[in-house]
Amino acid sequence: MTEFLQQLINGLSLGAIYALIALGYTMVYGVLRFINFAHSDVFMVGAFAGYYISKRIPRESLGGGLLVLAGAMLICAILGIVIERLAYRPLRSRSKLNVLITAIGVSLLLENAGQFFFGANPKVFPALFPVKTFTFGNGLVMSSNQMAVFIVAIILLVSLQFIVRKTKIGTAMRAVSFNPTAASLVGINNDVVISFTFGLGSALAAAGGILYALNYPSIDPLMGILPGLKAFVAAVLGGIGNIPGAALGGLLLGIIETFVNGSRFSTYTDAIAFAILILILLFRPAGLLGKLQVEKV
Amino acid sequence: MLTRSQLVLLTAIALSVVVSLFSNQIDPYYLLVIINVGINVTLAVSLNLVNGYTGQFSLGHAGFMAVGAYTASAISLFVGPKFFAALGSHGTPAAGALFFLALIVGGLVAAFAGLIVGIPSLRLKGDYLAIVTLGFGEIIRVIFRNIESLGGALGLNGIPPYTNFFWTYGVVAITVYVVISMVHSTYGRGFLAVHDDEVAAEAMGLNTTRYKIIAFVVGAFFAGIAGGLFSHSVTSIDPRGFDFIRSIEIVVMVILGGMGNTVGVILAAILLTLLPEFLRPIAEYRMMIYSLLLIVLMLTRPQGLFTIRKKLSVSAGEKGPMAKA
Repeated sequence: MTEFLQQLINGLSLGAIYALIALGYTMVYGVLRFINFAHSDVFMVGAFAGYYISKRIPRESLGGGLLVLAGAMLICAILGIVIERLAYRPLRSRSKLNVLITAIGVSLLLENAGQFFFGANPKVFPALFPVKTFTFGNGLVMSSNQMAVFIVAIILLVSLQFIVRKTKIGTAMRAVSFNPTAASLVGINNDVVISFTFGLGSALAAAGGILYALNYPSIDPLMGILPGLKAFVAAVLGGIGNIPGAALGGLLLGIIETFVNGSRFSTYTDAIAFAILILILLFRPAGLLGKLQVEKV
Repeated sequence: MLTRSQLVLLTAIALSVVVSLFSNQIDPYYLLVIINVGINVTLAVSLNLVNGYTGQFSLGHAGFMAVGAYTASAISLFVGPKFFAALGSHGTPAAGALFFLALIVGGLVAAFAGLIVGIPSLRLKGDYLAIVTLGFGEIIRVIFRNIESLGGALGLNGIPPYTNFFWTYGVVAITVYVVISMVHSTYGRGFLAVHDDEVAAEAMGLNTTRYKIIAFVVGAFFAGIAGGLFSHSVTSIDPRGFDFIRSIEIVVMVILGGMGNTVGVILAAILLTLLPEFLRPIAEYRMMIYSLLLIVLMLTRPQGLFTIRKKLSVSAGEKGPMAKA
């Protein structure tokens, strides 16, 4: 029982990271109806931004850690907005295939530019927050890094929900997602909303990148590929375009993966996410919380 | 009576036999590069049938190449000795027969993998299809890593170097012939219809799913054969050699040449195989250049470098939700 709960905690902390990345996929899909392939590499840039900022800031302190987190989120938000402005906006009236290929190009560019500027060898990510281990009643162990994942993820998810539901720009985001033409008719500037969505999603990816690097403290320019793909699976699992769905999908996927990893099928861990993706697309293509849309001519 | 394209095919095969007879006159390094060009042309032309003509964006071509490479290598490594013993000869004809068998079986197993992958994933469109095929490509790789009898993560070594000029360019000629005649046949017009407008094609009574699966299976078949050629040229393979980057390289060839333009795709495959050889000093920036090329090409020339008329350009459709935003 203790082992089961322990695995559940590990799974939830991995899942919370997936959820943060998945939110970026799902929000961009919501407003633009396309999969931002480069999102997983924004996640990588977030981890590296944290790595370089942390060199100038005292380690293992709460304030310093939060400062690194905020700095990396800001850098990635700007990166996300720039990517959208330079690569995706000129293609907005073109076919989806063009945009998809461009997104793959941006993703590869970030990975290879990362190898060029950061070096291809893995780097050791420093401990940002004070390192402690908490032991609960019946032998459950939780590190301060896992704790940080839960706290940061919950704060970010709640504030995201607040932004999307209660603020003016959030209302505009939902309007654009619902019907872009009608949104622009009532005076919403679609470009601003789309830029904001990219910035918000990329900031969440950066937070995910830093939390991931805290728990798996070896970072390299290709580190984003697998977590990114899995987060995408999480977004589809929850219903792409649906914000609570992305969070649910991320948590579920994290738990499933952790349990598979603890079983004798552990060598297939990386394949399980894709198997889930294929099953969900076959049997419930709209995802767990999504609504099915019919293509109209 | 032979048609013109069949004559061209036979001439090309005959030519590859003749050149092959004199291939020991060619510097081994150049010969290797020329064989690589042929393998890449086969991969790109077969992927073009799926991504270009039929408009189904697949990112898992390296997975099918892996299936073909592993199957063909397993046949020459494990079946080969029994085959030679039964035939009682080790000579060139026996080796040629074995290699032919290995290539065909490799292609068929890859085609079967294409069928298994294609039936579920081709119900999806666009971005989803791209990610699912990418996922299948990765799953195929993970499976090979876990099969101990095929060397696991270390892969297979000591594969006999059967690949030569004749086999490579014979396969190139057949691939190009099959793809072109498929697309230009009455039946094959359906591929273009599916590419241009799937809903309209379905309304006209075409079984669009069947067209997509046929394109996928044929593409996988030739990718498998190219994999067999590849493994018998480099003589050792491991799962890492067939990763996502390999798929992307083939996709870049197709996009650079112009999706749905076989001649352009062949030119692009030749160009992208030769460039890194000529530009050795900057070879390590190859992927960076590829990615920039993709972005710039999509922004400025989405129809590809070598497509002059915008016959099958991907930017034809001014529709989709992106347009509304």
